[in-house]
Amino acid sequence: MELYCGILYREDYELLTDSTNTETSVTDDVLREVSMTRSEYDHIADLLGRAPNGVELGMFGALWSEHCGYQHSRPLLKTLPTEGDRILIGAGEENAGAVDIGDGLAVVFKIESHNHPSAVEPFEGAATGVGGIIRDIFTMGARPIALLDSLRFGDLSNPRNRYLAQAVIGGIGHYGNCVGIPTIGGEFVIDNSYDGNPLVNAMCVGILPHSRITRAVASGKGNPVILVGADTGRDGVHGATFASLENPQESARGVVQVGNPFLEKLLIESCLEALESGAVVGLQDLGAAGLTSSAVEAADRSGSGIRLNIDSVSRRTTGLTPYEIMLSESQERMLVVAELGREAELFEIFDRWGLHCDIIGEVTDDTDIVVISGQKEEARIPIKHLTNAPTYEYPVSRPDYLDQVQSFDPCLITEPNSLKQCALELLGSPNIASKSCIYQTYDQTVGSNTVIPCGSDAAVLRVKDTRRGIALSTDGNSRMVFLNPRIGAAMAVAEAARNVVCTGALPIAATNCLNFGSPTVPSVYFQLVEAVKGIGDACRELNTPITGGNVSLYNESGDQQIQPTPIIGMLGLLDDVEKRCNLGFVDEGDRIAVLGSVHGKLDGSEYLKIAQGLTAGNPHIDLAFERRLQSACLELITEGLLSSAHDVSEGGLTVCIAESAIAGQIGVELNINAIDVRTDELWFGEGPSRIVISYKPEQWNRVNAIADKHEVSATEIGTIGGKALEFAGDFTLCLNELTTVWNKGLGTALSGAVSDD
Amino acid sequence: MKACVLVFPGSNCDRDSYHALSVSAGFKTQYVWHEETNLSGYDLIVIPGGFSYGDHLRSGAIARYAPVMKGVSAEASKGTPIIGICNGFQILLEAGLLPGAMLRNTQVSFRHQWVTLRTETTLTPFTSTIDQSCLLRMPIAHGEGNYFATQNMIKQLQDNDQIVFRYCDSEGNVTASSNPNGSVNGIAGICNKTRNVLGMMPHPERASELILGGTDGTLLWNSLSRGL
Repeated sequence: MELYCGILYREDYELLTDSTNTETSVTDDVLREVSMTRSEYDHIADLLGRAPNGVELGMFGALWSEHCGYQHSRPLLKTLPTEGDRILIGAGEENAGAVDIGDGLAVVFKIESHNHPSAVEPFEGAATGVGGIIRDIFTMGARPIALLDSLRFGDLSNPRNRYLAQAVIGGIGHYGNCVGIPTIGGEFVIDNSYDGNPLVNAMCVGILPHSRITRAVASGKGNPVILVGADTGRDGVHGATFASLENPQESARGVVQVGNPFLEKLLIESCLEALESGAVVGLQDLGAAGLTSSAVEAADRSGSGIRLNIDSVSRRTTGLTPYEIMLSESQERMLVVAELGREAELFEIFDRWGLHCDIIGEVTDDTDIVVISGQKEEARIPIKHLTNAPTYEYPVSRPDYLDQVQSFDPCLITEPNSLKQCALELLGSPNIASKSCIYQTYDQTVGSNTVIPCGSDAAVLRVKDTRRGIALSTDGNSRMVFLNPRIGAAMAVAEAARNVVCTGALPIAATNCLNFGSPTVPSVYFQLVEAVKGIGDACRELNTPITGGNVSLYNESGDQQIQPTPIIGMLGLLDDVEKRCNLGFVDEGDRIAVLGSVHGKLDGSEYLKIAQGLTAGNPHIDLAFERRLQSACLELITEGLLSSAHDVSEGGLTVCIAESAIAGQIGVELNINAIDVRTDELWFGEGPSRIVISYKPEQWNRVNAIADKHEVSATEIGTIGGKALEFAGDFTLCLNELTTVWNKGLGTALSGAVSDD
Repeated sequence: MKACVLVFPGSNCDRDSYHALSVSAGFKTQYVWHEETNLSGYDLIVIPGGFSYGDHLRSGAIARYAPVMKGVSAEASKGTPIIGICNGFQILLEAGLLPGAMLRNTQVSFRHQWVTLRTETTLTPFTSTIDQSCLLRMPIAHGEGNYFATQNMIKQLQDNDQIVFRYCDSEGNVTASSNPNGSVNGIAGICNKTRNVLGMMPHPERASELILGGTDGTLLWNSLSRGL
């Protein structure tokens, strides 16, 4: 598995480690190898007062990459709202944010991308993406209790995309199932722009008492630094810089790491046990840029120095150079800073779990990271230089395409001949059809907390030993962001929040993963800048601070940039999990109403894309209205007035009603007086701030009064019953036929059995 | 009622089993580490689900050599009730405490879903109080749950009334479409000849509270309590 590629050639390495060497001798090839510009190199030489050697250059290259240093996004990310009453650990402070959920408990959660590795080796890329985000969570002292995944692939008519999708799904399932953390939600979206550049975003959620929140610090002079878990190999050397390269497929496959979920499971249990002992000062996982970033970040958090003797690092292969040891991204490794004199207690715990560990260094009271091998000092760098990556703001230019797509005029589109045909086509399309063929390969109930599993607006977990529950959702509609970056990104936050609201949970905090193309392209940088503004707008209005996340740039294939894809992971809190709500219709005779606008708009809709082949329009959101709508829905659920609630999203009212009908296996009869509205806008139009609710007929007055109080319209549109869906005289769908089409659509497309008709 | 839950490296339903037994069933429950050898004094031994030893070689193949399995064998011959769930069932097969073997699911992939089960016999300490006319609902979550035994062995299992659970449809019919993994004769669980060792793929511990979607798992715990 360990190919000798993606690393510096030995001659280069020796050339660089020669201290008589001057900066001018660094070749462009070497700089390309560490993804660094010559001016950055010169800047480093200025900071150090000398030329960096090869090891040092590699360390700078990794930590100054976008993946670790957020060179292109840091100034933007600073604008996001990160504060709130419930925030215990804010964005950027530690490996993940921590949020108070009451009863002395906290939830730790974060979403992260593993796009580039998954493009090259999808099974291991996705698996190690899951493994990495799990480590971020238990590093905080939390027990991981849930996983969610947001996935994007190119068109499934292309066999390569089907292979990528199947392998990614396989990798996610393999890792999560094996470590015993339920995968309870996520998204699966197909769009041509992801051809050759799939997106794999994994979110992990953990829970812990406030008192166990652990910091990833290396503090206290003389405290030993222990490396636990897997031996170190060449895998993943340059993974961090690799993620910041265009066209990573052209680089070597050896860069992709291989995961071992069994080892991860042992690390979870042993680290949580080690924390109970009180002998742990700090805990930090080894992720991107391996030992370099974990040692530097941990020391930086406490303002200490750190001295590593890398001869003590156990290896799985011979001939590793100091450069490779410092940059290896071998998976399933943790850095533990122990209290001096109590190492033996920790060794005993790790030993019992069958894990290998070595003391590889100590905390110092200066502010340098020093790397020793033999008698030789291989690197000495002031830590602040490594953690203060230069930031860049690129030229921003509003993309030319925006005027064209936003000037869309629906009058130029003819309404479909057969609404029924159109509805069935939408329901069977991969983006709307049931995802159960994917979800059933994930263990959704291990941990015995799952109350609402995959397939609803949001998943719900109970919190053991309390009355509480948490709701989780991930969302992002890249087409809307493409059409209007600021509005589309705000809509992603709004929808993620609306999803948890539909289960009866109050949205309390969010995490984000920003997947964009190359920031050096001014129109792409515009998308990024605007999208971050949009996320900020919505998070401020909805009072859901961002607790952390991740940025993935350079998502492109050939000349094609992906559609801008900010993904939002939302955490909601139910004070009483027994008062939850779900999307399925329940009883014959229940009434149905829409909170918010009954009909949507064609702008950016799935209908426009599928039935008309168009990506066009200019989406809109009124965030103040969205907030009132969510408050109204939440009050309706907590008052116990609703039988069901379901967010209206892709595919509009028709798909929303169909999904609730399928979930409850019961039909509906709709009566809508929609004069002056196009039939396609009424039935397939999209747009934010709409929720379909159902309730007992006698509750209508109370429902209406609560909606009124929040200044939100509630419009009755029909009654539940029968085995057919009657769409107000416009068309009728048979529940059985509908269920079959919806159930089979994605499986057929994924297996490649889909025809071109 | 005193129960223990074995913990192997890679067990991941140990905590769920512990929770179900102690909270839902009210048993006095303890974890037992895989290096222990003495399991005497328990009224119930649970071998939980998971991926013991990373499923290396094949499911259960390494766990069966763990020191704790000596204790399990000793208790099995003493008549102590022992239940192996999912990976626990696989371990019992590998250890030879139950007959047959486990193959990959016919669809090859891991499968998670709620299944319907028919109780085939009440002549076990795990099913003694179950009303056979009521079908049970509980989740499965496995990649290797395709139970296999030769025709001869199946005949013996049938003759000795050792088939405990079968996958069925909502009417109680054992059909090809109600079989989630290709298991021979739709077998979901079997017991040994002396009836005190049960192996089953479905997870009763995940169906022991209403909030998790069902309480049919508690029927097993109730039978065990009643038997003592």
